[in-house]
Amino acid sequence: MTTLNSSQMDEIAARHPAVFHRSFWQRFRIAIITGGFVLYALYCWWFFAIGHVLGTANWNIAGTYLADWVSYEVRPEVAIEPDGAMKLTYPRFSPLGPNAKPDWVEIELGTMTRTMPAAGAMTTTEKKPASIGFMGEGAVIGGSAAAAEGLATATTREEEVVKRAKITLNSSTSVEVVPERVTVQHAGETLVVDVDGSEVKPEGTLPAWATQKTPGQKITLAFGFAGWGEIEADDISIRKRFLGWANFLFDTNSPFHGKSTSEVASLITSDERIDPKQSNLSLAWDNILYNSEWQHLDVWTKLLQTIVMAFVGTLFAMLLAFPLAFLAARNITRNWFSNQITKRLFDFLRSVDMLIWALFFTRAFGPGPLAGMSAIFFTDTGTLGKLYSEALENIDDKQREGVKSVGAAPVAVQRFGVLPQVMPLFASQALYFWESNTRSATIIGAVGAGGIGLKLWEAMRTNSDWENVAYMVLLILMVVFVFDGISNALRSRLMGKPSH
Amino acid sequence: MATNTLHDGFSEKGALIERHWQELNARRRLYTWLGLAILAVALSGSLWFANETNAGKFFDRLPYLFDFVGDMVPRDGFEVFRALFDLPSPYDDGSFKYNYPEGRLYITESLYVPEYFHKMLETLNIALFSTIIGMFFGFLLCFLAAKNLVANRLLRGFVRRFMEILRAFPEVVLAGFFLAILSLGPLPAVIAVSIHTVGALGKLFFEVVENADMKAEEGLRAVGASWVERVWFGIVPQVLPNFMSYFLLRLEINVRASTIIGAVGGGGIGELLRLSIGQNHQAKTLAIVLLLLITIIAVDQFSAWLRRKLVGDHAFRLAQ
Repeated sequence: MTTLNSSQMDEIAARHPAVFHRSFWQRFRIAIITGGFVLYALYCWWFFAIGHVLGTANWNIAGTYLADWVSYEVRPEVAIEPDGAMKLTYPRFSPLGPNAKPDWVEIELGTMTRTMPAAGAMTTTEKKPASIGFMGEGAVIGGSAAAAEGLATATTREEEVVKRAKITLNSSTSVEVVPERVTVQHAGETLVVDVDGSEVKPEGTLPAWATQKTPGQKITLAFGFAGWGEIEADDISIRKRFLGWANFLFDTNSPFHGKSTSEVASLITSDERIDPKQSNLSLAWDNILYNSEWQHLDVWTKLLQTIVMAFVGTLFAMLLAFPLAFLAARNITRNWFSNQITKRLFDFLRSVDMLIWALFFTRAFGPGPLAGMSAIFFTDTGTLGKLYSEALENIDDKQREGVKSVGAAPVAVQRFGVLPQVMPLFASQALYFWESNTRSATIIGAVGAGGIGLKLWEAMRTNSDWENVAYMVLLILMVVFVFDGISNALRSRLMGKPSH
Repeated sequence: MATNTLHDGFSEKGALIERHWQELNARRRLYTWLGLAILAVALSGSLWFANETNAGKFFDRLPYLFDFVGDMVPRDGFEVFRALFDLPSPYDDGSFKYNYPEGRLYITESLYVPEYFHKMLETLNIALFSTIIGMFFGFLLCFLAAKNLVANRLLRGFVRRFMEILRAFPEVVLAGFFLAILSLGPLPAVIAVSIHTVGALGKLFFEVVENADMKAEEGLRAVGASWVERVWFGIVPQVLPNFMSYFLLRLEINVRASTIIGAVGGGGIGELLRLSIGQNHQAKTLAIVLLLLITIIAVDQFSAWLRRKLVGDHAFRLAQ
């Protein structure tokens, strides 16, 4: 291998001065641009107070919300009354339905003589969550009536109460409640807590998975994905987490709720009608469509609205942009005035954001797909018009001249001299916008322009319906991928390129 | 065109060609009409469905469309500029409609930034910052998705699917989710727009990389350069102008996107616009629309000018 000596090097440097003597900007531009970006990022860190926001963010909630996407909680609650009587309840709308007796909750019942004190009865009864399921309302009314009686005279009666309750979360985690004492087992450790109705006192030191912010106040138990719990002086509530979407097909009010697939199948095929008015199959279908938790019919309708918004908006935009683009193209319409007017119109339609159009038409037409459709139509007439007129200005003039030279009418010149050149491009761009509008239609829906966006937004605002959000996101992703595929396939056929 | 019937003058072969041509033409025309018919059916069905499910019906609401336009006219022309620059209004009656000076953000005793300019700056910052974040991660990912640089189908496919999911994931959901965790502020919008941008730019970038000239890379491979060195010295210099151009294109889109995200709770000017349209504050609405219009046109023009300098007069596919 030969090496260059210094004079040869100089010779090369003299021969190619452009390579060795580059300007300052040429040499350092990447460093300068990167440095600018870094400085700007630091400025944004300060402008958005990112450090502060990330520090104060509630990251525990993030885990819970994420887990809610694919799982659900069942919340048994043990209430301890001042006289030591215990009651096990589930909140209203529990995914298990009313009168649930899950096998992971063991209870021992016993009778107890209770004296209802004249004062305070009202508050105790009112404070307790209503018993179970949709019977809850009736129970509350009954409770207040009893309390009202209790105000007049103190009554004594025998009642069936829970003597011991054991809730098993998984093989290593369980919570056992007997009057005045809660025993929690998790990951091989045992925590005993004394609850006497006014104070929560743990025996010994708390394990890492239990926290008590102030002595005597509630203890929070974290069991990871298995769930969590809270021990208060008069109330022990446990959340057990199950993987999956609860009651996806049938809600708790449906006669099919809680039945296995084969049971449902045999019910549907049997002739004995549950509802005399309709067959079991149509009842089942009805129950699925009007499922109160998942609202399948509503979600599907809203999704279809979104699709329709994108489809109609883009199609109309294409139909309007098509003739206007001929007016805007310099080489087709040789009139400076009409060129400028159409081009500025396109700029205006495009620059007034889709958001502004969406808000505007929501006010005009009321919330719904008409508003979203009009917003997409207006914005995309501008964008497509601009792209189309640019494409027209870049066409090959020879073909037009050829058609013109045989004495064709002006319309025929456009039809046979211009259209064949630009039509694939026009169709391809329209398809691309159709596909991308399916995505943007979701987001303008959230400001009230109809479609699934608003439904998504509402589901998120409650912060408790993340599983519904996941369901809708899944549907949207499916639609977007399918449309992406269709649009790509059609476009590559139009443009004569193999799809990638 | 092809209305000629078979002439007697044709030879046998000529007649066959003519017949084939006629058949082909008839079939093509049938497909065209069939396609148009399907489109017409889909369109009328869609229109009916949209009209049925809308809160107000199209023809019922149409006359009121212009009422609303009339509602948007402020009391006098200068009202818009007073709202824009936070100057006190002569119509001030203590209501939110005319409380322009209350939004002032004082820098010093007497110097202030008008509220809408501040919020517009916030929206622009959201757009620019998230485009930069998107570019950074898109840059890192795109080389792993390019066919000419990564031979491993599995890795390539994984990176591509990952970017597709980032791109297709609804921004509203990302914004809403981070809004729940980070509480109100512009950061959820930044995260939502950035995540989408990573996917969108990543896709455009890897297509650029796949079209790059491989000779430089080959030369580097011949002298024993590692994968990173080959990418950095062989590919990056040729694709960088295109990358910057796509970055600017994306910036235009993101200015719009961050306005919309703002309207659904991400802060910035979008939120103010939604509120003022909803509460019928004419002058405020017009001031914001004016400001937005000017900003968007300015950003578009600036980016178009810079792109022309970077890659010449090149027509770029708009990507979202």
